[in-house]
Amino acid sequence: MATSVFALEPLWLALLLQALAALLLFLIGAVVVGYLEHKVLAHMQDRLGPMEAIWHGIGQLPADGLKFLQKEDIIPTAADRWVFALAPAVAVVPGVVVIAVLPFGPGLWLTDLDAGIFFALAASGVTVLGTLMAGWSSANKFSLMGGLRGAAQLISYELPLVLAAAAIVIQAGTLSLPGIVEAQHGFTLFGVPMIYGIPHIIGLGLFFVAALAELSRPPFDMPIADSELIAGHMTEYTGMRYAFFMLSEYAGMVILSALATVLFLGGWYPWPGVGLPEGAAGMVLGFVITFAKILVLSAIMVWLRATFPRMREDQLQRLSWSVLIPLGLLNIVLVATAKVWF
Amino acid sequence: MSETLPHEGGVILPGGPGEAMSVEIRDGGLVTQEMNLNIGPQHPATHGVLRVVIDLDGEVIVRARPVIGYMHRGFEKLAEARDYRQIIALVNRHDWLSAFCNELGVALAVERLMELEVPERAQWIRVLMSEWNRILNHLMFIGSFGLELGAITPVFFSFREREDIQSFLESATGGRLHFTYTRVGGLKEDLPAGFLDASRQMAATMRSRNDEYRQLLLGNEIFQARTKGVGALAPDVAVDYGVTGPTLHATGVAEDVRLSEPYCVYDELDVKVPVRTNGDSYDRFVVLLDRIDASLDLIEQVHEGLPAGPVNRKMPKTVKAPEGATYVRTENPLGQGGYYLVSDGGKTPWRMRMRTPSFSNIQMVPELLEGSLLSDMIAILGSVYFVVGDVDR
Amino acid sequence: MAAPSLPGSGLLKGLGLTFKTMLSPATTAQYPHVKPELPPRTRGVIALMEENCTVCMLCAKECPDWCIYIDSSKETVPVEGGRTRTRNVLDRFAIDFALCMYCGICVEVCPFDALFWSPEFEYAEYDIRELTHEKERLREWMDTVPPPPPLEEGAVPPAEIEAGIAAARKEAEEAAAKAKAAAEGGGEPEAEAPQIDEELFARLVAEGTPERAARAKAKAAFVKAQKRREREQGGDQ
Repeated sequence: MATSVFALEPLWLALLLQALAALLLFLIGAVVVGYLEHKVLAHMQDRLGPMEAIWHGIGQLPADGLKFLQKEDIIPTAADRWVFALAPAVAVVPGVVVIAVLPFGPGLWLTDLDAGIFFALAASGVTVLGTLMAGWSSANKFSLMGGLRGAAQLISYELPLVLAAAAIVIQAGTLSLPGIVEAQHGFTLFGVPMIYGIPHIIGLGLFFVAALAELSRPPFDMPIADSELIAGHMTEYTGMRYAFFMLSEYAGMVILSALATVLFLGGWYPWPGVGLPEGAAGMVLGFVITFAKILVLSAIMVWLRATFPRMREDQLQRLSWSVLIPLGLLNIVLVATAKVWF
Repeated sequence: MSETLPHEGGVILPGGPGEAMSVEIRDGGLVTQEMNLNIGPQHPATHGVLRVVIDLDGEVIVRARPVIGYMHRGFEKLAEARDYRQIIALVNRHDWLSAFCNELGVALAVERLMELEVPERAQWIRVLMSEWNRILNHLMFIGSFGLELGAITPVFFSFREREDIQSFLESATGGRLHFTYTRVGGLKEDLPAGFLDASRQMAATMRSRNDEYRQLLLGNEIFQARTKGVGALAPDVAVDYGVTGPTLHATGVAEDVRLSEPYCVYDELDVKVPVRTNGDSYDRFVVLLDRIDASLDLIEQVHEGLPAGPVNRKMPKTVKAPEGATYVRTENPLGQGGYYLVSDGGKTPWRMRMRTPSFSNIQMVPELLEGSLLSDMIAILGSVYFVVGDVDR
Repeated sequence: MAAPSLPGSGLLKGLGLTFKTMLSPATTAQYPHVKPELPPRTRGVIALMEENCTVCMLCAKECPDWCIYIDSSKETVPVEGGRTRTRNVLDRFAIDFALCMYCGICVEVCPFDALFWSPEFEYAEYDIRELTHEKERLREWMDTVPPPPPLEEGAVPPAEIEAGIAAARKEAEEAAAKAKAAAEGGGEPEAEAPQIDEELFARLVAEGTPERAARAKAKAAFVKAQKRREREQGGDQ
């Protein structure tokens, strides 16, 4: 298996480069997905979306970022200042951390942990701590309800997410993310090279739904629910702190799409069994393919947002505990049986 | 948060810095507190400045009380110092989504006091405009209801249609929202050439677009889960509160002024009143969509039957209603509008009292809210159909 | 719905519609780049034909929110061989568009056709005081007033307009007859002085102003100059 391109000497240089790359990927990913959301959503609603910034609004998100920077940072008097100030950071950092283990191409990962998938899911779950902190510290009833809804949502949806991923881990026999991609590369279904997503269609569906819920993306955006809770935990936030929450949402879309790409869609290979050229060309191609898959998945998330109304909190919980989790357990049983059988 | 009252024998868990957490365990159970929450006056779900004070137990609403009056502009008092033409310009503005229907009501009241016969053509055009206004209004609520449930697309679709309709209404009236097209004794001026063609075309487009809304929302399982059985209103409760319009029709009562007390030329037209029976949010929404179709039917009948002739009567320079009083009912998009006009023979009314549908509709809301979830409150407020300006006047 | 549909089919239908919408071109109008085409009846801004105003104050009286400000003074006009007459001179005519509710009553009540609607709407200001348009500004809007649209089939034009059209036609016929008679007589027809400020007209056209607007401006300038001349003559005596 390829080693990371960041396995450099001396160590401080490698660390510096890794940190920079993680930040850059985080920002670029969030901005690209953000732009995608702006445009796809707009066209689905029979409008054009941003058109002015540079060309067809491609400069819109950087411009928004600049604007957010200039805004006054307001902290409500009754707020718990420390927790309030810290919450956006807590929401953002896990995203950057998870980027570290995601493979974006052959050798294009910052570090290959043996328990990569475990680390990614665990770290991305920390994001909700930011939601909860923000909701609690804002001294606003709407924020509090948003924070609590967010926490309830995380508890019930981390489970199907992990169950869906666990089935893939059983199939691939490894917890390492590049390892899963390589294992998938060699996977055949009745002799035909196949991505995991097709036999594991249940797992893919579970993972996607649970990912939406974990990200608080519509139709599961109850913690934000702008028409009920007025953006929930973000109600009291202004300027850059608010931008951090938005950034973490878009980065979350990138991260979970990337995870789904690795687990179900064959990672950086165009199709299992179809190889990539060696060296730098392969890396670039692999990166492009991975990113294309991520964008397609993100576009589907946007598509769902454009079409569906929001569910209700109790309906969401019922869906999780009485449908998704039993289905996830059943999926594991099926996969394990099939794995032993064949 | 609110202060925690120490209960005897209770254990108060330590809370956040500077305050006690509102969690208390007593007799082995968790003691919870009700939370008081102000929805509004600035809240996206109240479209305007309605304030609903609710007491929450978790996410369940225990008590709800709408507080109205934030948008009171003293319309009835203002009307006492305005002549009738000025009142028509004002009455446009209290329910900005039913502008034409409102000005029609005032004009009808004055005409009835003066015992005026309005030219035939003017009456037909009044019906045409009323029905287009009804569609405009319903489109707005279709869009905003979707938006409140979290579906962000319907509002853009419905505003696309609204734009088109407003554009050709503007060619006749000069206004997009505040038409000011009715005058005592007829209309301001006749339709411009090409108006009827635009109207015909739009009616055909609107029919297909109406199916798109059904496709986008009605069949959607999430939409059904959010609205079916939510905020079910019983017909007797609705009648007790004086609820009218689509909200009433959804409960199965087919009271409609256009049928029960026809004005203009509604008695010559085939007026269909769509009715549903469950009275829940879903039915209220379906009634809205069906009413658009029914209005389109009426519009097509007007296209067929519009007679030639003048749209105006020769009126004196200052219109003075003779001494007396009258009460005119009209079927406004949101329900029954009533106009009680008392004149002492001067050029301004002595008293102008309005019955607005939104006011009655909003009174009924606590009945539906109590016991429902916070999320359902949005589905209920979005489907009871009120305009805050119409509530407060 | 007749048959119970497959669970999820409603979700898919909606997805299909949004996808279809994405592929069809958007209806958005790129406003500042593409100006909207507004119908002639649009109530955008009120224009004042100052020459027609007789300071009858009807508009100011009828305005529901009293946003029209009119100042006037009396002036004596000498009449040759008779006693002097007094007439009203318009000193100030201003509309506060920050107060105006665009109901159009002033335009409707004006008995001498001095007020018109123009569909222009781009006159937003940073300072609310700038929204009070004085008579010079209101006069400029006059150049943007479109002719009224023809009426729909079956409409009966208002009586005063009918009468106006008939009068204009009669006048044109008489003028034609006069011209004809003059031509037949061989004498030089009395050249009607073009009632416009030729100099201004030429300059405006050179500057690229549309001819119609330029003619209107030049005409206004001419009338103004003539009024000033009259006033000066009045002052001399």
